[in-house]
Amino acid sequence: MAKITYAEQSYECRNDESVLQCLTRHGVELSSSCHAGVCQTCMIKATTGTPPADAQKGLKPQLQQQGYFLACVCTPTEDLTVVNPDEDVMPQIAATVIDKTAFNDAMLRLRIKPETSIDYHPGQFVNIHRDDGLVRSYSIASQANDDYIELHIERLPEGRMSGWLHDEIAIGDKINIDGPHGECFYIDNKPDQNLLMVGTGSGLAPLWGIIQEALAKNHQGEIHLFHGSHSAQKLYLINELQQLADNHANFFYTPCISGPENKGFKAGRANELALSQFQILGGWRIFLCGHPDMVNDTKKKTFLAGASFNEIHADPFITQ
Amino acid sequence: MSESLYDRIGGEAAVNAAVDVFYRKVLADDRINMFFEGVDMEKQAAKQKGFLTFAFGGPHNYTGKDMREGHAHLVAKGLNDSHFDAVMENLGATLTELGVPADLIAEAAAIAESTRNDVLGK
Repeated sequence: MAKITYAEQSYECRNDESVLQCLTRHGVELSSSCHAGVCQTCMIKATTGTPPADAQKGLKPQLQQQGYFLACVCTPTEDLTVVNPDEDVMPQIAATVIDKTAFNDAMLRLRIKPETSIDYHPGQFVNIHRDDGLVRSYSIASQANDDYIELHIERLPEGRMSGWLHDEIAIGDKINIDGPHGECFYIDNKPDQNLLMVGTGSGLAPLWGIIQEALAKNHQGEIHLFHGSHSAQKLYLINELQQLADNHANFFYTPCISGPENKGFKAGRANELALSQFQILGGWRIFLCGHPDMVNDTKKKTFLAGASFNEIHADPFITQ
Repeated sequence: MSESLYDRIGGEAAVNAAVDVFYRKVLADDRINMFFEGVDMEKQAAKQKGFLTFAFGGPHNYTGKDMREGHAHLVAKGLNDSHFDAVMENLGATLTELGVPADLIAEAAAIAESTRNDVLGK
């Protein structure tokens, strides 16, 4: 008989019952609907123990890898500690700032070294906690085997966290983070698949990490990156990305400027340029990172252009 | 006992095949897509799956009360029979596109149709 631990309480799961039935029998209410492993309403995450593969059918591979499963069709074969993803609070870890390099006036590269190493994929995000309770999410640009976590901090108007990180935090300082979170990362299950990536501003951070990982894993399909901003001031890593495109026949880089000062760049919004170049996206994998309006709009448009819902990954950041 | 509609239509695999096609049709349909403005697509896709499972005669936990409560905010925005008809049309077109035989489509349509009054709060 497997034991299910939820919110620090352990419950015996009978051999003939699902995790959902076990929790319900003990008075723990999870949202659920179809009870047949279809609607995904009861999706929860195992933080220890491995859920059976049958309970992960139909989930994005990125979620499967992180232990997500459907409670209604999970007959556990081993003890599981589970959390409701909406309430998944991860422990805070102290991390030391080891590098602070300005890409330009607006964009800062911050490298931090956590005291205990965390297992992440580039493209996932961490939350930074300031002592006064302010929390902001930042996507990870570094690779899993780097001995630091790289974040790109865009200075936002009135941005309390970004202003603090740009102006006050110094090398050697400690900050608290938790994570990793999110399912916006590369998985090498379809090496021939074409990838379309659209990012605005520091939405490049996760994409930079994902591109490096895909190329390191010898991805064979085409990888198209459209990075956009209103002005050239918020584009960065331009030379590095051009270099990468020169060195890899399957990587294509299009820097886009939507404002009037667009000399030397593609004129227009990154998402619109991407969608006009690629109008049929059936079979593609899509990564969308940056401004929430751009991300939500493009999610819908790429889906309507034929991309499968399970193959659209998005990482909107909050602009405040 | 004869095999259930859900088994004959192809079960979970049929739902998975249908959900993208159906949801894409709904979002592209100007008669009804205003009801989906600003909704979280992830959550909505899961709901579409739940609906298709239900229409395919699959396991579900819906009650008429859930249907009423779940759509009340849309009825307040003007959801009416013409919109319900549009969804029914998209459902039929989805199943036709996936090569489901006409008699099974009719069975699924009848199940979906049975929710009309609850969905529209009548």
